[in-house]
Amino acid sequence: MIRNTKVKAMTGGYAMAEALRQVHPDVMAVYPITPQTPIIETYARMKAGGEVTTEIVQAESEHSAMSATVGASASGARAVTATSSQGLLYMTEILPIASGLRLPIVMCVSSRSLSAPLNIHGEHGDVMVARNLGWVQIFSQNVQEAYDNVIISTKLAETMDIPVMPIMDGFHVSHTTERIEVCTDREVRRFIGTRSAKKTLLNLSDPVTFGPVALQNSYFEFKIDQEKEFENVKKEYKKICAEYEKISGRKYGMFESYRLNDAKYAIVMMGATVGTAKEAIDLLRAKGEKVGLLNMRLYRPFPYEEVGEELAHIRKIAVLDRVMSFGAYPPLYQDVVSSMQHAASRKYEIASYIYGLGGRDTTQSHIKKVFKDLEEGEISEKIKYSK
Amino acid sequence: MNKILTDKLAPGHATCAGCGIPAIVRTVLGAMDEPVIVSNATGCLEVTTTIYPNTSWKVPYIHSAFGNAAATAAGIDAAQKALEKRGKLKKKAKIVAFGGDGGTYDIGLQALSGALERGHDFLYVCYDNEGYMNTGGQRSGATPYGADTETEPAGDLAFGKTRQRKDLMEIVKAHGISYLAEANVAYLQDLKKKAKKALGTSGPSFLLVLQPCTNLWKFPTSQYVNVGKLATETNFWPLYEIENGNYVINYVPRERKPIEEFLKTQGRFKHLFAEKNKKIIAAIQRTVDDNWKKLQKKVSDI
Ligand SMILES: Cc1ncc(C[n+]2csc(CCOP(=O)(O)OP(=O)(O)O)c2C)c(N)n1
Ligand code: SF4
Ligand SMILES: [Mg+2]
Repeated sequence: MIRNTKVKAMTGGYAMAEALRQVHPDVMAVYPITPQTPIIETYARMKAGGEVTTEIVQAESEHSAMSATVGASASGARAVTATSSQGLLYMTEILPIASGLRLPIVMCVSSRSLSAPLNIHGEHGDVMVARNLGWVQIFSQNVQEAYDNVIISTKLAETMDIPVMPIMDGFHVSHTTERIEVCTDREVRRFIGTRSAKKTLLNLSDPVTFGPVALQNSYFEFKIDQEKEFENVKKEYKKICAEYEKISGRKYGMFESYRLNDAKYAIVMMGATVGTAKEAIDLLRAKGEKVGLLNMRLYRPFPYEEVGEELAHIRKIAVLDRVMSFGAYPPLYQDVVSSMQHAASRKYEIASYIYGLGGRDTTQSHIKKVFKDLEEGEISEKIKYSK
Repeated sequence: MNKILTDKLAPGHATCAGCGIPAIVRTVLGAMDEPVIVSNATGCLEVTTTIYPNTSWKVPYIHSAFGNAAATAAGIDAAQKALEKRGKLKKKAKIVAFGGDGGTYDIGLQALSGALERGHDFLYVCYDNEGYMNTGGQRSGATPYGADTETEPAGDLAFGKTRQRKDLMEIVKAHGISYLAEANVAYLQDLKKKAKKALGTSGPSFLLVLQPCTNLWKFPTSQYVNVGKLATETNFWPLYEIENGNYVINYVPRERKPIEEFLKTQGRFKHLFAEKNKKIIAAIQRTVDDNWKKLQKKVSDI
């Protein structure tokens, strides 16, 4: 089959805006913050140039941006937003409301560190705060994935009535230019279709009360039902990725295993630094070292069982988190440790590393050092900083 | 109960007996025939009308959070505009946001300001009971000077709230919207007239409606209309509107009653009648008279 794709050079921010242009939401409610701003500026230019007809709400804060997105989505509109860092935390109050109301909002995140001290650069501090609020989280390792994930997220959100965050690392992806393949508008629009909401505020003949009070006798059941549906995201995500492969030629899954089959030592990580890690692994492999990588894409809901099975044959694992986690093991590490309960064999050792905070570069030598630690058995319960 | 009154908000709800909130909602929503969508901030109105699996609302309704009723309404407005533009919506409904004073003067002020500045097509109604009532009567930016609240209580060394209430009308007016008015649940005809005007405005409009709270202003449940009337008869709560920048006073008491007559009806001001607090009452009287003069000047300046 000949694919109708075009190769174009663009940054991650532009790529997400380009995907949004193709998705063509009814409403976008936004507020500027680095390194997200290129997405909404690009989109605003597209509107000024007549390429899109989206109603853009230039909110006076992220709290209101997310609130307006909720109002629009509850009205049956396809509604999107975008943010980073403090902006995402400013929205946090409304995030569980969006998921609790089962609104298929897509929020593009250019992930960034948290103040104080102030730092505008890439890491996962912001999105990790929001990891257990009922939003799907999908990480992107490069510009291509940032583009693809916006399209996949839209389809997933509207199929499941669950909000989705496609995430790219601030600057490392959002401001880096790469050549990517772009699908045609027609294909994207056919793939995602139009939103058909079951219940909306605009259906005047069937008035609905969104966001009631639920007391001790019903709140618990609401939350259990929500979690049940959330678990179904995994199945649907796989299905949507398979459909997307047909129009894009790119294969995605809940995670990517890189040279993992016969590996003895493995790193688990996600986001922009995966590319660097793969290069380091290639070099080590050339020297005969049995090293590999598990790159997480679908971070929430976390595929515990599948990750456990995938890592079952690995004896020594390092989990690299791009977030500080005060007084506790970092989140991805905790998730991988939980996954290993599902591993057939339990004879493994697992180490925790924190890397790349506040935009700090993580180079091949950092990755090589991690593998050296694993090979030489320098594994302890202590969290190490890969600075 | 009158069918027309209850066709948008049903009689089954859990407000305190003698609460004026339902009368405000019904009067505002009853002032139009067109369909309406309601956005509501967290507070007494919301918690008393939406206890799952029941709802008192017979119109589309959304409650999201405490501080975002205006921003939620903005999103509904954007959705209606977008869907109409794209041929997916035939006729837009009116959008009315309801918030308490806490949800409007305080935590929701920024969201309200943003929505007014952007010019969304909606009516915002603040029912003002001068405190955080749903959570048990804490002070808000609307609580008047001298009132006893749970978080700024009167005591041996304290006479209650030490600051004046915010002038929300002037804050809202500063956004240059074409219609806003101050009303009172004790004057429903006046409220209805204002609601009609507000709903007939294109772009944002605003109503600030006094709602005496039997529970936390501490007066008998039969008295909210009388207490409300005294608020206006004393000039504590003037009825006025600002239309395209022009002030109109809608009601001038034949003889302005002394402020004590309003204060003495309510437990929250009881401590002011102790000898040592007499000067506080005098100060309140001065402020009321000053504010009335300023308001009259705004009318004659036009
Ligand atoms: C972010 C946030 N902070 C605090 C609260 C707790 N809270 C709920 S309602 C309320 C007071 C509401 O006061 P007001 O807006 O005046 O409405 P009323 O209860 O008087 O009707 C407070 C403090 C909340 N729900 N959300
Ligand atoms: S506490 Fe006051 S405002 Fe709330 S329902 Fe009771 S009377 Fe009405
Ligand atoms: Mg109040």
